[in-house]
Amino acid sequence: MKTEDMILKKVLDIPPSGIRKYFDLLNEMKDVISLGVGEPDFTTPWNVSEAGIYSLEKGYTHYSSNAGLLRLREEISHYVKQKYDLEYDPKTQVLVTVGGSEGIDLALRAVAGPGDEVIIPEPSFVAYKGCARLTGASPVIINLRVEDRFKLTPELLKSALTTRTKAVIIPYPNNPTGAVMDRDELTAIARILKDKNLVVISDEIYAELTYNGKHVSIASLEGMKDKTIVINGFSKAFAMTGWRLGYACGHPAFISAMNKIHQYAIMCAPTTAQYAAIEALRNGDTAVDDMVREYNRRRRMLVEGFNKMGLDCFEPLGAFYVFPCIRRTGLTSEEFCEQLLVKEKVLVVPGNAFGEVGEGFVRVSYASSTVNIIEALKRIERFIAKSPSNISA
Amino acid sequence: MDEILEILEKNSRYSTEQIAVMTGKSEDEVRDAIRKYEENNVIVGYTTLVNWEKTLKESVTALIEVKVTPQRGEGFDKVAERIYKFPEVKACYLMSGSYDLTVIIEGKTLKEVALFVSEKLAPLESVVSTATHFVLKKYKDKGTIFEDKPEGDREVIII
Repeated sequence: MKTEDMILKKVLDIPPSGIRKYFDLLNEMKDVISLGVGEPDFTTPWNVSEAGIYSLEKGYTHYSSNAGLLRLREEISHYVKQKYDLEYDPKTQVLVTVGGSEGIDLALRAVAGPGDEVIIPEPSFVAYKGCARLTGASPVIINLRVEDRFKLTPELLKSALTTRTKAVIIPYPNNPTGAVMDRDELTAIARILKDKNLVVISDEIYAELTYNGKHVSIASLEGMKDKTIVINGFSKAFAMTGWRLGYACGHPAFISAMNKIHQYAIMCAPTTAQYAAIEALRNGDTAVDDMVREYNRRRRMLVEGFNKMGLDCFEPLGAFYVFPCIRRTGLTSEEFCEQLLVKEKVLVVPGNAFGEVGEGFVRVSYASSTVNIIEALKRIERFIAKSPSNISA
Repeated sequence: MDEILEILEKNSRYSTEQIAVMTGKSEDEVRDAIRKYEENNVIVGYTTLVNWEKTLKESVTALIEVKVTPQRGEGFDKVAERIYKFPEVKACYLMSGSYDLTVIIEGKTLKEVALFVSEKLAPLESVVSTATHFVLKKYKDKGTIFEDKPEGDREVIII
């Protein structure tokens, strides 16, 4: 028997990431401007890092309780109340996870299995589909449309719901499109979902990064709290990706089920990161505001830059991505990215890496310095000028 | 409008056009705002932050604590003016606490700075005493860390 035959089919069936090859290319090249990475370019605010260091000095190097330090859960409970009008009991309704990613995995594993359908709007973060498949459930993809600015509409949602729908992922603010959904738009979605027998998994990891009004959580809408698992974390808002810390909030039944999986798989989230996170929640607002203002400037530069060079780019109002349409160049998303990298040394990610519907688009991250963004725009403009459609024109 | 100042304070080389895009204003609005700031002395100047240690130029910086006798009717301002008008003085602040003025001096050599203190500063009538501290190394100035930036240390990661 071949060793490969030992691997489960559902694992083998998960396709390798579409962007791996660019990173391999990238490693061999110099002076590449990467607008490809989905993490803040800022380092963690120093007061937050320092709190982590101090906890080490004090010798807080042990496990925390499975659900996370109670003090941190209390801070999280306070924070989500202040920010998003969500009320959760820190003792039974908050779970500290290893990044938002673990939260997504736990939520799906706790509620979905063979025979269930999980609705996933795309383009979106690649982990939803992968994690859903690993549970044995079937992902049901909703293809979002650029004319809707990549928002989930009631019609699209209705067309995907079946009697087997067990969970619906609500991924806003969205990676990779930067789309956000406002209160009215979410209310229309909630109206459809609230009487259905299913679980809403709302991934709000980019909640702090919105540029035109405050983030609204679907869990805060009437009738939604008990059927929604809110996923959030510290990586994006507080520039803490490497600390690996997130949290999930929801009905005690969800949280205790997720905690059960969490305690066997992970035991608990890193203690040092949890101490740092307490400081982030208590005294991180100024640093977050500064970062958001800076992101906003870069966002405007990219949107303006792409539209000026003739690549249609709708205005994204959240996260740190813009998602311009590159069809005008006559290239596919992958051709565009590969050629742009080879010819002009700028890395962006093909839109189809986030679902087939992303074909014709690329994800450009503005988690990179303004100086880099200015230079990257110049290079992309030069690249467009030489693209096939321009040569034939 | 303060956002324009915030942007320029970080990097004064951004063009009017770039600032307009970043702030979502028109170029004319940005140009007018900057002109007004300059006229009102809100923007006092545009300089470049140089790490002279990386060049061949020899220079020493000293921070001098100065105790003075304030002048009747003029307080500290007149004394301070006598001091800050010397071109060697790069910065001059009125302080609370155990001394009155912080004076930052730049000179080519240790001797040059010492001479300035002993011949120009200390003899001033209203100066009671001075304490000179030489700067050994600048780690950070104007909010900018001088240490060489590490090359991109972000690991490659899938999405």
